[in-house]
Amino acid sequence: MTTTTRFTTERRPLLARVGRGLRTPGGAIFVLLAILLVGLFLYNPSLGDPGQFMRFLGRTAPILIVALGQYFVIVSGEIDLSMAAIIAAQVVLAGNLIGQDASRILPVVLLMALLALVVGLLNGVLTTLFRVPSFIATLGTALVVSGITFYATGGAPSGNPVDSFREIGRGGIDKVPVFGFVPYSTIVLAVLVVLALVLMRRPFGRMLLAVGDNARMTALAGASVWWLRTRAFILSAFASTIAAIVLVGYAGVSPVVGQGYQFIAITAVILGGVVLGGGRGWVLSAIAAAFALEVLFSLLDFIGVQSTWRPAVQGVIILVALGVPLLRFTRRRSQTLRSNRPNK
Amino acid sequence: MKGKFVQKPRTKTMLFGVLGSLVLVLTACAPGSNTGTTPNTGTGSTASANPSFDQKTFDTENAQRTATFTGDPATPWLQYLPGAMVDASKTKLDHPGKVCFSNAALSNTWRQTGWITMQQQLKVLQSQGVISKLEARNAQDSDDTQVADIDYFINENNCDAYIIAPNSPKATAGAVERACATGKPVIIFDRGAGTDCETSFVHSVGGYAWGIDSASFIAANVKKGGHVVALRTAPGVDVFEQRWAAAQHIFEKAGLKVTDYLTGADPAKIKSTLSDEIAKGTVDAVWVDLGDQAVPAVEAFEDAGKPIPVVTGEDVLSYLRAWKAKGFKGFAPVYSAYQWRTALIAVGDLFQGKEIPKDWVLPQVPVPADKLDAAINANKGMPDGHYASFGGEDLPGYPTAWQKP
Repeated sequence: MTTTTRFTTERRPLLARVGRGLRTPGGAIFVLLAILLVGLFLYNPSLGDPGQFMRFLGRTAPILIVALGQYFVIVSGEIDLSMAAIIAAQVVLAGNLIGQDASRILPVVLLMALLALVVGLLNGVLTTLFRVPSFIATLGTALVVSGITFYATGGAPSGNPVDSFREIGRGGIDKVPVFGFVPYSTIVLAVLVVLALVLMRRPFGRMLLAVGDNARMTALAGASVWWLRTRAFILSAFASTIAAIVLVGYAGVSPVVGQGYQFIAITAVILGGVVLGGGRGWVLSAIAAAFALEVLFSLLDFIGVQSTWRPAVQGVIILVALGVPLLRFTRRRSQTLRSNRPNK
Repeated sequence: MKGKFVQKPRTKTMLFGVLGSLVLVLTACAPGSNTGTTPNTGTGSTASANPSFDQKTFDTENAQRTATFTGDPATPWLQYLPGAMVDASKTKLDHPGKVCFSNAALSNTWRQTGWITMQQQLKVLQSQGVISKLEARNAQDSDDTQVADIDYFINENNCDAYIIAPNSPKATAGAVERACATGKPVIIFDRGAGTDCETSFVHSVGGYAWGIDSASFIAANVKKGGHVVALRTAPGVDVFEQRWAAAQHIFEKAGLKVTDYLTGADPAKIKSTLSDEIAKGTVDAVWVDLGDQAVPAVEAFEDAGKPIPVVTGEDVLSYLRAWKAKGFKGFAPVYSAYQWRTALIAVGDLFQGKEIPKDWVLPQVPVPADKLDAAINANKGMPDGHYASFGGEDLPGYPTAWQKP
């Protein structure tokens, strides 16, 4: 622990880097995920079958996609509380407008994309140009969106859309080598994850991190802060919309679909080591954390914790999971910093 | 200085260590938690431990379930059980009366179906010159809003009668009593009002009967020791608690193993939960406390490629149609949606000086397999959220009024 180790520029061996990475919150989540998965397989050996596991991954896809969207917003230093409202609105829109007419799928999906664009833009502009804190701004748009949904449906939507539209959330490709069964939702998820990874390595992603770290510096460096953050909000709204399409397929239309997703997503993103103020965090860690949460909820199903007791158990586990790595990490960092101080 | 810095995080780590072990303790000691694969076995005192279970109400509703009702079975919304009647000589009006309706919510398809039936019934009573106007306020599932709504009506001081569909009995009792104090007739329907000042309480037999009907069907079709998954919408809502308390009691007596889940009626959660249960072991039956929950449950079995076991539902058409199309063993208990029109008819009778039952108990006839086709055929063209017990075939606007998107 000398100055040279901290500020060295040469790359360390891969194993050392991985080992070091696993001790950060963003890395520790993969260890937690592995432990939870082992628990899941122990309680439910049938999930060891690849097809079954892919089905499991498929049903968690919507929440993982939502976490992915939330990641962009949080890493840019903001927060998006409008996701559940967008999901509910899009689900109802799909149910009511597509109905039993398959030819309406394309126009309605375009309309849903338009809605996502408008809400994302609104969130972004309110937060950046009008300087409304994103906490309030997105809560406001959430209320507006759910208010309109409520008005349009009277509180209860009419019914499920045509089965061919629901295939994306229910169906999949059977008899795939190695995987067995591949739900379409896992393909959607995989494509989005790859896109997100690429995006974060491109100038947009780098600048987004910079904005989250220090918006003023980034602005002085000549970047358009408002447009960077607004694009993050638009990405988040699109992620909610894609999650909604998968959810309509998986579960069908209900005004409560997606309820609470934004909070699971925010928890996941933080659990994945993304700093709430923005500027630091890896997108894969956030997604792994969302998956870990879903595995945890499922594990509670298998263990058989009583229904009325479950929220408390979930809450405490999340608190501990959030607290332990963060504390360890900050302690290690502060020690390193101290030992780097001259003459001490 | 240095020592202080090092010490501090250690105490924090210890704190979290303690918290961590607390989690383990919590999980292990969670009431009714099981560390093996055996779910809640429902043995011994579970049913009597349910604070919502009331043996007296259970027995009453169990008897009323199969009782003979006064009146023509072709118009069940006018039928009632013999009992005390309300003297209507004082409530007779010589002009069409204005009715003020404080509605708990329109947030589910049962309420929406009933609300349409009520509005069509209103047209009849308006054309007869009995009711002039129905002013309705929707409390959107909020106790506070409903109390405010009722007080608004009282202050407005131009209601000739009140209809109140309470959100939660205890919370709205005070406001209902204030409405009674105005001296105008007060009709309560659906959930109780937590007070007995009302002129008449209109309801179909009740939640216990609903639970007895559906749970008895499962008990009759699943072998002793079989595994039932119970999907509960929300804890603490009296309608659901009553259905669940009765069902739990029946399951316990039948020696069935029951695992219950709180789903918030979220179809995604229902499907995930059931997928886990299917992966875990045999599911012999699924019991739901709300019809909307049944279809996602059925889909979970389909998606897992497993045969669909007994799945109970409700008389909502989405369930009836899925039941018919997929041919599993189903059963639809009913909470009669036509009570919405009965509430208005009760007011109309009072305005015309006709006596009505003090406790207006309406029949609650479930849909078993042999009446499934009839129920579906009678409701051709109706949306999925429509209820077979809507009771509006003779009203103006049938069927188009109920077919609105």
